[in-house]
Amino acid sequence: MDGTSLGLWGVPLAMLAGAIRVSTPFIFVSLGECLTERSGRINLGLEGTLVMGAMSAYGIALVTGSPWLGVLFAALVGLLMGALHAGICQLPRVNDIATGIGLMLFGTGLAFFLGKPYIQPKAPNLGAIDFGWWSSIPQVRQALQVNYLFIVGIMLAFVLAWALKNTRWGLIVRLAGESVDAALAMGASVGRVRLIATSIGGSFAGVGGAFLSLYYPGSWNEGLSSGQGLMAVALVIFARWEPVRCLWASLLFGAAGAISPALQSVGVTEGYYLFSAAPYALTLGLMIATCSPQRSLRGAPGELGAVR
Amino acid sequence: MEQVLERIAVPALALLASAVMFGLLLAIYARVDPLEAYALMYQGAFGSWFSWQNTLLRAAPLILTALCTALPSRLGLMIIGNEGALVLGGVAAAAAGVALVNVPTLLAQLGMALAAMAMGGVWIALAGGLRQRRGVNETISSLLLTYIAIALMNHFVEGPLRDPSSLNKPSTFPIGDAHMIGTIPGTDVHWGLVFGVAACVLVYVVQRFTTWGFAMRVIGGNPKTARMMGLDVGRYVLIACGAGGAAAGLAGMVEVAAVHGRANASLAVGYGYSGILVSFLARHHPLAIIPVSILLGGIGASGGLLQRRLDLPDAAVVVLQGILFVAILASETLYGRLWKRKETA
Amino acid sequence: MIDKFKLGRRALLGSAAGAAFGLTGAANAQKPLVIGFIYVGPRDDYGYNQAHAEAAAILKKMPGLKIVEEEKVPETVAVEKSMESMINLDGATLLFPTSFGYFDPHMLKEAAKNPKIQFRHCGGLWQEGKHPMNTGSYFGYIDEAQYIAGVVAGSTSKSGKLGFVAAKPIPQVLRNINAFTLGAQSINPKVTTQAIFTGDWALPVKEAEATNSMIAQGVDVVTCHVDSPKVVMETAERAGIFCSGYHCNQSKLAPKGYLTGAEWNWEKVYTGMVEDMKAGKAPGNFLRGGLKEGFVRTSAYGPAVSPAAREKADAVKTAILSGGLAIYKGALKDNKGNTVIAAGTSYAITEPKLESMNYLVEGVIGSTS
Repeated sequence: MDGTSLGLWGVPLAMLAGAIRVSTPFIFVSLGECLTERSGRINLGLEGTLVMGAMSAYGIALVTGSPWLGVLFAALVGLLMGALHAGICQLPRVNDIATGIGLMLFGTGLAFFLGKPYIQPKAPNLGAIDFGWWSSIPQVRQALQVNYLFIVGIMLAFVLAWALKNTRWGLIVRLAGESVDAALAMGASVGRVRLIATSIGGSFAGVGGAFLSLYYPGSWNEGLSSGQGLMAVALVIFARWEPVRCLWASLLFGAAGAISPALQSVGVTEGYYLFSAAPYALTLGLMIATCSPQRSLRGAPGELGAVR
Repeated sequence: MEQVLERIAVPALALLASAVMFGLLLAIYARVDPLEAYALMYQGAFGSWFSWQNTLLRAAPLILTALCTALPSRLGLMIIGNEGALVLGGVAAAAAGVALVNVPTLLAQLGMALAAMAMGGVWIALAGGLRQRRGVNETISSLLLTYIAIALMNHFVEGPLRDPSSLNKPSTFPIGDAHMIGTIPGTDVHWGLVFGVAACVLVYVVQRFTTWGFAMRVIGGNPKTARMMGLDVGRYVLIACGAGGAAAGLAGMVEVAAVHGRANASLAVGYGYSGILVSFLARHHPLAIIPVSILLGGIGASGGLLQRRLDLPDAAVVVLQGILFVAILASETLYGRLWKRKETA
Repeated sequence: MIDKFKLGRRALLGSAAGAAFGLTGAANAQKPLVIGFIYVGPRDDYGYNQAHAEAAAILKKMPGLKIVEEEKVPETVAVEKSMESMINLDGATLLFPTSFGYFDPHMLKEAAKNPKIQFRHCGGLWQEGKHPMNTGSYFGYIDEAQYIAGVVAGSTSKSGKLGFVAAKPIPQVLRNINAFTLGAQSINPKVTTQAIFTGDWALPVKEAEATNSMIAQGVDVVTCHVDSPKVVMETAERAGIFCSGYHCNQSKLAPKGYLTGAEWNWEKVYTGMVEDMKAGKAPGNFLRGGLKEGFVRTSAYGPAVSPAAREKADAVKTAILSGGLAIYKGALKDNKGNTVIAAGTSYAITEPKLESMNYLVEGVIGSTS
């Protein structure tokens, strides 16, 4: 009967746990998109990459019995999809955004097509670290189950932020994003830099997808993604292209996504559809509040075509 | 002359490349004879009068929703909120239909159409307006608005507008058989197809022969120049987005008035997203939208046959569409380069 | 029902013999009966559509039948065209559109256009006089099975808190929630059921979140009514709580925590209708059945079910089978305090009023709107 003593505390606790769970794919995809956009390219196809990553991770984990191999393979698949996007965008006169939408469609369709045999069987699950060992209340322990990829995501955010600021490679990436002329003057091949950045970005998204199928919800089927890949793009704009801000934004989103079930479980049941629109409305609201037509988005990489 | 040849040759090349890639996928992964698959697809899409009707029926909504992306793209905006506009347009049409149930049929249908177009128009104009006033990227905002629109639709259909007798499938009240849009005489296809074709022709005429159309082209080419010329860019953005949204909203009205008779969750089945694809494949040209919609309608129509005869999953058709999309996009780069070799040689 | 089976076996043997010797005995025996199945989702969703597909697979093994299936057909003109295609191109004479939303207007339109073809819909509310005679509907009273599942859940739960992940608050779902709760309350009157609505039939992330937030509230037995219970079952198993299945058997997904489940037994319904067609007459127009008629069944008890619980559940099953137990009887209050079934009234499971249920019984935490 310990549960009843949690009562209203259940909501923030559930939201914390939900935030950690639901935000992890956002962290990876938004970091990937952040890197890509910093280099001057926008990749809307990450949704397709995410789904392909989810499917291939599940498949490999099934076949080899090791979920971590699945994660690795998903990163590889993401790398290839990112490279494909970069490759097509490299061709003159091709529009980034359209290519992204196309790859989103292609990636999703291909994943469903190839993933048919994986819907039934059950693949091994990525474990979690039990941060709540100190509590005797089962709900708290369950809420503080933090999966490994979440930790990896946090570290990745800080590493990426540091790398962009302090390494030579980071500087070149930023240059390619700010001003093609300056990058060329430095002797960097803009095309190659963007190719690498987009591919690495894709691999992050693939890992994000692996999380969905190998940890939470932890199974492969055709309804797995609900637009996380696309929301991540909005996240990056909201986070002003800073990796650590992407981390916080993702957590915020995770909490928003967990709101509806958490509220229902304490009896707030009116208009649950409206609650399910919360993350999207939140993103839109934040974008409206933070964007301004005069100074085209503070912090936006100068070469980013989508942000005029 | 070269330009015309190009406009035919490049998409044809892209189509061929897609067919080959899809065929390879079928052969290697699904162990299906690609030629057999294509023959079946032809049969299912264009092989008989029955197939043709199936194709046209599926193409009808796509023609309208594609305009939602095509119109704003004239001005250089990339809107992908078609699904949201369709869905809310459908709800508005159903609500209007119920309110106008005792009014003569033509008036009621007009009322429904206007309600739907207004709703859809406002929704997309919102994205355009946010772009102009707050600099918010319209691709992302229109997509977010789609998700919000679907949530709103669900909320209204299952809540305030719900028909209590629609027990196991929550829907709005029926608009009544009297007000339903009928089929084109002699066919199984509803008039929505004609609405779509008429809309595309109208858009083409406006874009090609009126000053508005010209102004939009200027804005699309170079917004700064346009502004310097004194063109009110903001107004044109709102008009274009509003018109595009109205087209998608009209598609929603057609779904309600010609197919379901009421609004429910079956409005959100992807017509909007397919419309985006159509618009891109047609390179946003209003007249080209018509044959491209028919092509995609045909691919969709043949999907069932592929499932039943060759045991292919439904996703096969989606993969083909994805390959097509990517191929057409990549082929953009060939324009202006196809004949270069001839010249330098 | 039994008579039909005998007739069926004779017809089967007859056609098998005829085929073996190449005789043309009864002309019907040679030409295969083509049956079309249409699913709204993927046929391997471990849930609703799979239950139908598994029954279709059993039909495929029967001689003299050809089964054509299409999956992921949306509830729009697409399904009308699919049906027409099956009729015109495949020669189907019996069609099973299995999703609720196919009924009105799609199936009815097609039935009017093809008066010689038989259409049978899963879950629809067919009414004589209102709907054409070449249509009909069939459904199972799966809430009887959920009642038994509730009995097992009530006996096994330690916290007295049950959870139900539901898609939409429609009568078919509400009946399941209520039956489950009533079954559990027959063992432990203080049991509560937390009901969370995800909003749609297939939202894996929402379903996982709902399950997790229920677990955070202390729920230790969870069941669901969504198209694919896979996510709920797996999430429950990972958290170490018990679960009860739905649609088909999910014990493989939760080897430790699976208690029992409410399953469809569509093969019984389908074979019955096939026998009718083979005998040359149209299948029944309004087929309903529960545990007794074999339309639904409960899963085998899992390892966590105690012998005492098994006894209780078996006793309840016997009572239902013999017709002695009414699940819905007065005085019954809903969770807002109103009396929804007056004292002294008792409804048979076939009572039409139940088909428009719009309340949640006392003890269910949640709301229908």
